[in-house]
Amino acid sequence: MPEQLVYAMEVFLNGLMAGVLYALVALGFVLIYKASGIFNYAQGVMALFAALTLVGIMEGQVPFAHLINAAFGTDIHHFGWHVPALLAILLTMVVMIGLAWLVNYFVFRHLVSQEPIILFMATIGLAYFLEGVGDIMWGADIKKLDVGLPQGINEAIDEFTFGVFDYGFFIDNLDIVATVIAALLVASLIIFAQYTKQGRAMRAVADDHQAALSVGISLNYIWVMVWSLAGFVALVAGIVWGTKSGVQFSLSLIALKALPVLMLGGFTSIPGAIVGGLIIGVGEKLFEFSIGPLIGGATENWFAYVLALLFLVFRPQGLFGEKIIERV
Amino acid sequence: MLDAAPTEENLLEVNNIEVIYNHVILVLKGVSLNVPKGGITALLGGNGAGKTTTLKSISNLLRSERGEVTKGSISYRGERIQDLAPSDLVKKGVIQVMEGRHCFEHLTVEENLLTGAYTRKASRGDIDADLQLVYSYFPRLKERRRSQAGYTSGGEQQMVAIGRALMSRPETILLDEPSMGLAPQLVEEIFNIVKSLNEKEGATFLLAEQNTNVALRFAHYGYILESGRVVMDGPAQSLRENPDVKEFYLGMSDEGRKSFRDVRSYRRRKRWLS
Repeated sequence: MPEQLVYAMEVFLNGLMAGVLYALVALGFVLIYKASGIFNYAQGVMALFAALTLVGIMEGQVPFAHLINAAFGTDIHHFGWHVPALLAILLTMVVMIGLAWLVNYFVFRHLVSQEPIILFMATIGLAYFLEGVGDIMWGADIKKLDVGLPQGINEAIDEFTFGVFDYGFFIDNLDIVATVIAALLVASLIIFAQYTKQGRAMRAVADDHQAALSVGISLNYIWVMVWSLAGFVALVAGIVWGTKSGVQFSLSLIALKALPVLMLGGFTSIPGAIVGGLIIGVGEKLFEFSIGPLIGGATENWFAYVLALLFLVFRPQGLFGEKIIERV
Repeated sequence: MLDAAPTEENLLEVNNIEVIYNHVILVLKGVSLNVPKGGITALLGGNGAGKTTTLKSISNLLRSERGEVTKGSISYRGERIQDLAPSDLVKKGVIQVMEGRHCFEHLTVEENLLTGAYTRKASRGDIDADLQLVYSYFPRLKERRRSQAGYTSGGEQQMVAIGRALMSRPETILLDEPSMGLAPQLVEEIFNIVKSLNEKEGATFLLAEQNTNVALRFAHYGYILESGRVVMDGPAQSLRENPDVKEFYLGMSDEGRKSFRDVRSYRRRKRWLS
């Protein structure tokens, strides 16, 4: 087999893995969008916030330490304990549910039956607010997150491919784990949305607030549920991305990478988020590998957006998105 | 047409309510009405008379539109219901079918119907049985159960909306403008179903309608609203024969049917309660 083709295969596989990570973030968007008709700009920041909280709890950091120290002249930073990863994840989830409740109580409860664009603006506000709160609460320094997910080269694949192609592929264990997690997450979310009573109510709310109210669905309950789910997805994304590249502000910017994924897959489709993520992941890696050297590289920065632009022109609802139904 | 007789017992009593939107817009200026158990009560009147607002203040959907009942009282079975959430009212057996259908368009017809059973803690078997009951009243929905509601016709959507309400096993259905945008034949079909639901299932209806002619043929009792006030009420039969109702709402007078232009000019000279 020619060398170039083997390299391309490795790039392809790595692209798939990167795509899964994009899809993970995009999922959070799709979920909220499907369930409440809100495009949640804050999803990326929520992932950052979840990761920050997780690290903070694991390290036994005192929340709002700077604020407390400044106000009372104390000098405390740590409780001096370490919380095991699993317990910390559970506690973080509790925090995210609490956040969901607060978001609903202070913001969305008051915006029933408003235009989607108004709800969207509210999430922009939420994003900036949460970004600030995350900083004040846990500090702005770059943190390392290690919840015990395996990392580093996967020996088995390396050896296997070496045996076949005489060239060992470098596949990160973390990427493999992320893929498994994403698959499980998607499967359970689809089952939840399609086949359970609460999932059906959630989709009903997305279609029509007033009608949902009229059949006795409690919007408050559904919205807290939706935001908790978004918090959960954000937490999963935060764990995976945080482990990969450290917990820092730029984590919230992965949300921007999710946008082209959504345009490709369609805003309303869970499988679309996955396929869109994979296409972008593979596409940008292969493009960089094949065309990149000819035009000076760094194509990964813009490839996804150009692809999204093409989709907006020729297929605005995305690959799997629902056609826009308008009846008069 | 008055086969099913409403009973003496009043299920719903609305007593002199006043409704204000956005703290400034006074929409209802003292509306009182009674809905007897087992009857079809019609709420008639033109655009902006306050029919929908009356229904929404009963089902308490008003709050999500920034409306508020500022005076008067609403009670169901003698119990004050003004401060209950819509979901609590549905549990009590009062459900509203909103004007303009409001189906969940991305859900299938069957899923739409199932959302109606959201507040119930019934077993799967019970809910399936009710689903079959709804299909027996609306055979057309059974054919289309797997289609997305957004792609069904206006008449089918109205059926979905009514069927969805039935799934909550309601005692009282607040039906807002069921004839809106439907062909006369379909209007007749829908009203016939309402009538048989009333007779066979014993459902009580409070019906807001602009189509006075149809509504008075099917209802037992009627209230006529004009700019937020009840201007006239009575058994449907007597309202139908009332010369003013004929003149204003049925477009007829002793000299026979008038052209629309004449009706309007006449209306300017003669006013209710002036």
